[in-house]
Amino acid sequence: MSTEQILSSDGIPLEISLKKAERKNKFRAVMLVGPLFLFLIITYVFPIGDMLFRSIDDRKITQMLPNTFTAIEKWDGQDLPGEPVYAALYEDLAYLKKNKTYGKIIARLNYEKGGFSSLIKKTVRKLGKFEEGNYKEQFIEVNKRWGQNDYLVSLKNAAPNWTFAKYLKGVDLKYDQNGSIVEQPEDRRIHKVLWLRTLKVAFWVTIFCFILAYPISYLLATLPMKYSNLLMICVLLPFWTSLLVRTSSWMVLLQQQGPINDLIVWLGFAANDARPELMYNVIGTFVAMTQILLPFMVLPLYSVMKTISPSLMRAGKSLGGTPFVAFRKVYFPLTIPGIGAGSLLVFILAIGYYITPALVGGASGSLISNTIAYHMKSSLDWSFAAALGTMLLVGVLTIYWIYNKLVGIDNIKLG
Amino acid sequence: MKNDFVKFDNVDKSYDGKILVVKGLQLDIAEGEFVTMLGPSGSGKTTCLMMLAGFETPTHGEIYLDGNPISNIPPHKRGIGMVFQNYALFPHMTVYENLAFPLRVRKIPKDEADKKIDKALSMVSLQGFEARMPMQLSGGQQQRVAVARSLVFDPQVVLMDEPLGALDKNLRESMQYEIKHIHESIGVTVVYVTHDQTEALTMSSRIAVFNDGKVQQLSSPDELYERPVNSFVAEFIGENNTFAGTVSDISGNSCKVKLTNGTEIFANPISIKAKGEKTTVSLRPERALINPKDKMDNNHKGKIEEIIYHGDHTRVRINLLGNDQFILKIPNSTSNLDIKLGNDINVGWNTKDSRALDPK
Repeated sequence: MSTEQILSSDGIPLEISLKKAERKNKFRAVMLVGPLFLFLIITYVFPIGDMLFRSIDDRKITQMLPNTFTAIEKWDGQDLPGEPVYAALYEDLAYLKKNKTYGKIIARLNYEKGGFSSLIKKTVRKLGKFEEGNYKEQFIEVNKRWGQNDYLVSLKNAAPNWTFAKYLKGVDLKYDQNGSIVEQPEDRRIHKVLWLRTLKVAFWVTIFCFILAYPISYLLATLPMKYSNLLMICVLLPFWTSLLVRTSSWMVLLQQQGPINDLIVWLGFAANDARPELMYNVIGTFVAMTQILLPFMVLPLYSVMKTISPSLMRAGKSLGGTPFVAFRKVYFPLTIPGIGAGSLLVFILAIGYYITPALVGGASGSLISNTIAYHMKSSLDWSFAAALGTMLLVGVLTIYWIYNKLVGIDNIKLG
Repeated sequence: MKNDFVKFDNVDKSYDGKILVVKGLQLDIAEGEFVTMLGPSGSGKTTCLMMLAGFETPTHGEIYLDGNPISNIPPHKRGIGMVFQNYALFPHMTVYENLAFPLRVRKIPKDEADKKIDKALSMVSLQGFEARMPMQLSGGQQQRVAVARSLVFDPQVVLMDEPLGALDKNLRESMQYEIKHIHESIGVTVVYVTHDQTEALTMSSRIAVFNDGKVQQLSSPDELYERPVNSFVAEFIGENNTFAGTVSDISGNSCKVKLTNGTEIFANPISIKAKGEKTTVSLRPERALINPKDKMDNNHKGKIEEIIYHGDHTRVRINLLGNDQFILKIPNSTSNLDIKLGNDINVGWNTKDSRALDPK
């Protein structure tokens, strides 16, 4: 190998002149990608980062009760803490009372332990009558809960800046007073059921979509152009219709006095006064979501099937395979990339689906996304909503990872 | 050996109920024969092959295989091997699995199947390629695998649908010989479809020239080239100089044809019967000689219009008897012929080589 530097015709080293020549192109490429990159950062990376952050961020209360938490840090949680803790608590609460901001810690402490709300309110009200010194006794005098270990332990548990409590809550677990992880009381275990239902709905919707989409896609790929175009429009037409319109049409169709129920009654499958409930339960969610997500299964399947030469099936038959064998051994394996892409797409979309289950799902057909929305809009527990959202995101990424391990992401074909 | 091992008996085929793609096809193929169906696209040759394979059903008539009618037998029960235009190798299976497919569906035990696969691969000199995927093979190798796969289950008949169409010229030629040798060594009946006449001429025992849904001529390659029975075959196979004219005299194996410019030439009457019929006289370029030493039946002067050098031979286009597309092939030799643009030269040919066929 020659180490001699290669020069271009005007004596500049080749590497440098190449870089110079490419610089303009590189700049142009960056300028082209730049706006989109920035857009993605602002609308995608930043919100997700913020969500992750929010789900474990617990600094607000730490900042509001700084002295208390410093003092309580040394406490072992066995016997009642000493005077310094109460003194620090008085100092913090007095400051909060002065600024009228104590309301914010009430909600936070009430998540930790029920009863804190009234305790804090009552204490703050009486704070003016406190005398200097011997705060411990005065606190217990105001409310004897201040003399109970478990309230103070809960207070101590709220101290760290960062917490995974929201994640534990998302799977019906919590920290007990000793900081170990235990199950929520039975009447408060609602999230596990929701997760399982979400997975179940997503799974079955994927299966239904596959069963419906496979023959349609096969027809699309094999029919002559003029028929397949028409069929393609039929598949895409709902795709072009607003999601809300489609969901509300299903509400019209599925309601108890709706046409589908009329048909069932007319056919004699149900009595008129015992019309089956097709909506506001899981059935409604299944039906509407399958219809809405169907194109996401059809399109990848179609694009894969389109590339399979008809002569392969013919070859299979001419070599002695019955049509079924030729299909199973030749055609079907070749459609697996499409099945994989379609299933992954439908499953991931279904697992985070919101509007349809919210409208037709009712209580038994609502999914985890509806709970996230509830915490965003109604309970205003944003950090819990963020934790649920993060769990959903991690779940989707896990599915993606498993799929990659099993099938290989290179085997996906979206078109 | 049977002379009608494969028999098309008066077969019609129409796709749309309006146009007959194949018209009253009558074709017998002997056992062990290599028959090529040759014709322009849309002439019905591939349709015939598909009917034989079972992917299309005849609209009318019957196809017999070894004496048995097969129209109602589905493709997978016909036991006919087939090589497809784009090979149709199963892309998700290795070479071994591709070859094992026909054996596995026939439930042939593994050790016997392995022997057959080994034999088939050695036939196309691809031993050691068992574990490759089709995508990892070159076009020629894929083509050989396709041939091996069509033969591995010892079919009675192998159909090949333009199997060499996708290969480049050199590879195509070597594959032609290879397929021909395989046919000779195992004696299977081959029905081959192509639109490439050189391919047909080099490989076949007999060629069926298709046009307009009909077999125009079915004969051996030399017969087809030397003695075409109509002007389509003469035009389609090889190069051809033609003169249009009217028969002015006919006697035995010679006739006189009066051309449009008034000259009369001697020709060999093939498809004309009587005086006054219109005809096209066909003459192969290599049968017309320049400045012939011996006396020839036809001798005419022509003017050189164009000279194209081809290395081993030179093609000369002359204006002869009102036909300015008359082509002559002059072998590249040391003999000094006076070929220069614009010169007049003498061209001679014999009566038996100028065939008076049906008018175009």
